[in-house]
Amino acid sequence: MSRVPHLSRRTFLASAAAAGGALALGFDISLAPRAVRASESRAEITVWIVIEPDDGVIIRVAKSEMGQGIFTALPMLVAEELECDWSKVKAEFASPHENRSRNRAWGNMSTGASRSITASQHDLRRAGATAREMLIAAAAACWEVPAGECTAANSVITHGPSGRTTTFGRVAAQAAEIPPPAQVQLKDPKDWKLIGTRQRRLDVPDKVTGKPIYAIDVHLPGMLYAAIVQCPVFKGTVRSIDETPLAGMKGIRRVVRLPDAVAVVADTWWGAKKAAETLQVTWDFADYAGVSSQTIRAELRAGLSAGDARIGRNDGDVDRALAQAAKRIEADYEVPFLGHATMEPQNCTAHVTPDQVEIWVPTQDGETALAIAADAAGVPAGKVVVHKMMLGCGFGRRGIFQDFVRQAVLIAKEVSGPVKLVWTREEDTRHGFYRPVASARMTAGLDADGIPIAWKIRTSGQSIIAAVSPRVMQFGVDRNFLQGLLEDMPYQVPNYRVDFAMRNTHVPVGVWRSVNHSQNAFFKESFVDEMAHAAAADPYLFRRTLLASKPKELAVLDAAAAHAEWGSPLPPGLFRGIALHDSQSSICAQVVEASVDRDGEVRVHRVVSAIDAGHVVNPLSVELQTESAIVFGLTAALYGEITIKHGQVEQSNFHDYPMLRLADMPRVETVIVPSEGSWGGAGETPVPPLAPALCNAIFAATGKRIRSLPLKNHDLRSA
Amino acid sequence: MGGKVTRLTVNGQAHDIEVDSDMPLLWVLRDMLGLMGTKFGCGIAQCGACTVHVDGAPVRSCALPIGAVGDKQITTIEGLGSDDALHPVQRAWVEHDVPQCGYCQSGMIMAVAALLQENPSPTDADINAAITNICRCGSYQRIRAAIHAAASQRVSGIKSP
Repeated sequence: MSRVPHLSRRTFLASAAAAGGALALGFDISLAPRAVRASESRAEITVWIVIEPDDGVIIRVAKSEMGQGIFTALPMLVAEELECDWSKVKAEFASPHENRSRNRAWGNMSTGASRSITASQHDLRRAGATAREMLIAAAAACWEVPAGECTAANSVITHGPSGRTTTFGRVAAQAAEIPPPAQVQLKDPKDWKLIGTRQRRLDVPDKVTGKPIYAIDVHLPGMLYAAIVQCPVFKGTVRSIDETPLAGMKGIRRVVRLPDAVAVVADTWWGAKKAAETLQVTWDFADYAGVSSQTIRAELRAGLSAGDARIGRNDGDVDRALAQAAKRIEADYEVPFLGHATMEPQNCTAHVTPDQVEIWVPTQDGETALAIAADAAGVPAGKVVVHKMMLGCGFGRRGIFQDFVRQAVLIAKEVSGPVKLVWTREEDTRHGFYRPVASARMTAGLDADGIPIAWKIRTSGQSIIAAVSPRVMQFGVDRNFLQGLLEDMPYQVPNYRVDFAMRNTHVPVGVWRSVNHSQNAFFKESFVDEMAHAAAADPYLFRRTLLASKPKELAVLDAAAAHAEWGSPLPPGLFRGIALHDSQSSICAQVVEASVDRDGEVRVHRVVSAIDAGHVVNPLSVELQTESAIVFGLTAALYGEITIKHGQVEQSNFHDYPMLRLADMPRVETVIVPSEGSWGGAGETPVPPLAPALCNAIFAATGKRIRSLPLKNHDLRSA
Repeated sequence: MGGKVTRLTVNGQAHDIEVDSDMPLLWVLRDMLGLMGTKFGCGIAQCGACTVHVDGAPVRSCALPIGAVGDKQITTIEGLGSDDALHPVQRAWVEHDVPQCGYCQSGMIMAVAALLQENPSPTDADINAAITNICRCGSYQRIRAAIHAAASQRVSGIKSP
């Protein structure tokens, strides 16, 4: 376990100062039972930075790393102001229990909504600048010169007048004793040397050599293994368990009954899994066994014309303008539930003792993991230790709910010693918190020149907010469901209305990379293409007209079109589609080049993706996230569909919930549009435009308008 | 356990383990030998996160019962290269910034190392046919580039021990 990113089982030194400037003197973190007290003295200079005598710099990361690159980008923000040698930087996770006991010195650890950089950048740059000033002050005190005569660069402090130098490592211990300055000056962005440069990820060496850095890799002495079988129908419960089939099976330690699941604890995970699948469980399906995708679809369709919709935005008089329009078009769209399918199945290792609850977990929010573990164990939060590990994908599955943490702790309470709970892929596929089902009825009125004067959007579908924070619902509409269609709708149409008929199901829903933008961009950008077609206009130029007062969106759209050489001839059989969508404080436009062969097989050859994400910390990260988002969006557009029958999910594993593979990977070209003065996300923003850009290319290729996903359900063979 | 004693050679080292013959090789490697680099993804040989070499050939270890391994030589990611002496495929992975979450990459690297051992200069079509592992982060574009780069270095591969 030595290379697991620092499990934070060491003593923190005295004289720690919070990044906000407050001193946290004399603080001593309590040690876990098996902790090894660090023998070396490490100087903590602000809670974010430790500088070692050999000039090594350890920068703490409060957010979770699930592939998106914050384990590198967040330290870059610190290092920019710290003026340290980037090659000496290592990153480690700050732990949730220490965050709790240190008065949330590292802030909110929740990792999602592409907010890690936007939410942290100011504090992290300030921490770097604060530590730099403390190091300079220590050197100046040592030399008995004014600090103002000293500068820092590349981990070296120089006294200008005398030319004397020292290194960060040599003055770190003294610097740790110095009160942090109340005010620090942050660099002007034009002076950045590290931010904005391509930097290799710090986590790659461990990831190419198979180091045990994921929660599923935790291997503890005396550890037992648990497998779980959950009620196949959501909201169902366990009625009875017949354990007699387990007679004669070796290595079985315990059968644990949970309200809606049964777990088997055994000496090996394979043994636990076999036993769990052998158990005879009688379930109570409550009233949900009759629910199917057909019944859910009927409810959503009824919502498209129901009277109970709540208005999200209402400009002008859309009905009147529609009545006056020279041309009127209308179309209904729909999308299915989608699963996250993280490559690392849900898992959690828990060790419950009379004194403490310790968990190792793939979590997007270690503080929520801590709270759930405390609640499940029935202990105060101060008794919980959380080891945040690298995540084998996240995509929103492991942030809010963390059902696997509760299960692992409930199981561990029943045995002595640590227990590792690992879900099968089948359990993972069938017990998600899915991207909601959603439908939309789009109506537009164009004037005689083909300019849209009215646009009415009725949406119908399942609310995530209703499940996550129902109190918000008391105030009316779930605005989250209308992401991308409210004030963030970039196109200017004078008479515009969007409303939402909430139709909740018994299927659990949650945040799925890009959340409600994922379906709303498909609805909006496909229908804008329909408007362009009705106006006999080029889809790119038509969008330009509607973006006349949106220079940033226009610049991104133009960047994508220019890079893709929109309008230039393509090889026979290839066609282009375009889409643009604002999300996570960033703007993304994509041009997809696709072909549809005689058998109806869709192939994506090239995707040009332009993004304005404000200041870019690590351009390599933006490229990687763009490629990743396009694969994520393309997988969903081509194949993604979780269907319900008899109240349960029909899919079970990658054979019936398929993923894009290497052979079908298009060429992806990322265009970063230069932008200043703002910060935006990048991990989700390139997901939403992909499906509509692809479907618009398919329309160009075939004349067939795709109004539901996934594409595998459409017959695109030539007539 | 109480299964029969099986002798298994992994990364050149022999292990005697007592295990039921139906336990897949993946779980023997991970839970009995503590070799955690080989990952569990699907359990039905779909995703390839569990790919290891069995006598040099890429095998999805989640679907290979230990009883069927016999005296064949097993190589895992831990035996492919070391931190100080990366396998050429691992080096190409670093140089092309392939991993994101990284979870599937042990299996990817093992599959690619086996491919290059068999076919030192694969075409795109060869790569498409041979590398069918799933990467949910979408590192495929970089994987393809890294394979070509490793191949152009005349990678002879490291013989499985």
